[in-house]
Amino acid sequence: MLHATTVHFPATTLRAALPAVRAILFGAFVIYGVGFAGPATIHNAAHDVRHAFAFPCH
Amino acid sequence: MLRRIFLTALIAGTMAGLFAAGLQHLKLIPLIAAAEVYEAAGAQADHQHGAAPAHDAAAAEWEPAPGIERAGYTLIADLLAGIGFALLLAGAVALARLRGYGIDGSSGLLWGAAGFAVFALAPAIGLPPELPGMSAAELAARQQWWLLTAAATAAGLGVVIFTRQVPVRVLGAVLLVLPHLIGAPAAPHGATGVPAELAAEFATASLATAAAFWLLLGSVSGWLYRRFE
Repeated sequence: MLHATTVHFPATTLRAALPAVRAILFGAFVIYGVGFAGPATIHNAAHDVRHAFAFPCH
Repeated sequence: MLRRIFLTALIAGTMAGLFAAGLQHLKLIPLIAAAEVYEAAGAQADHQHGAAPAHDAAAAEWEPAPGIERAGYTLIADLLAGIGFALLLAGAVALARLRGYGIDGSSGLLWGAAGFAVFALAPAIGLPPELPGMSAAELAARQQWWLLTAAATAAGLGVVIFTRQVPVRVLGAVLLVLPHLIGAPAAPHGATGVPAELAAEFATASLATAAAFWLLLGSVSGWLYRRFE
């Protein structure tokens, strides 16, 4: 018999977490642009940084 | 809270990005330049053999002129990388604060160490930092494994550090090792134009630079986040 342990996520907690989630999503977007974006122009501009930070390159 | 996170990330990320850009000029940038000589020689040999090197398509595209222009774009990319990573870090710190965990300069150092583990050490286990011209598996497969590894390591560390229940912690440990059980896409065997000495030097210098970057980013972020509260 499984006892369900209810985890309470009050709406206020979710709302409080929203700015942090936004920051993380925006940070991921920026890192994607610097390290992963496909277009050759972006790749060439960020080339040395991609190698230095060990993002997969070429 | 959004203002506090962004302000922390902007200041700490700019500092760490500038710091990384300076460090890169000591060793990483000269090594990249040295490797590109071998890369260009290899591409020329391929031309003579009639093969089409992967770089041909990119060669026709815009790229920054050597010298100050290239260094300038590298600096901009370093600043963006610093701010991007700082946003991820400050966002994660903010989530931990909501659960009651404290933050200051010294705990920030631990956050920085975690960032190093997630975004440098764990991906480097399967995909060692790589110089231009080295043989490697297909780009998309490597990018997917890198992202999977960073995500699994972040989730695994978070679970192991911030939960109390043992079964959940075991699950976190599984997340930490899972990417390495799957394994990174392997580079095709065969001659690479870049000497092994350069590659080895680059790999250690890249990890050392990343460690310095993350420790600075973590401690400054922790200190600032606390000040802005």
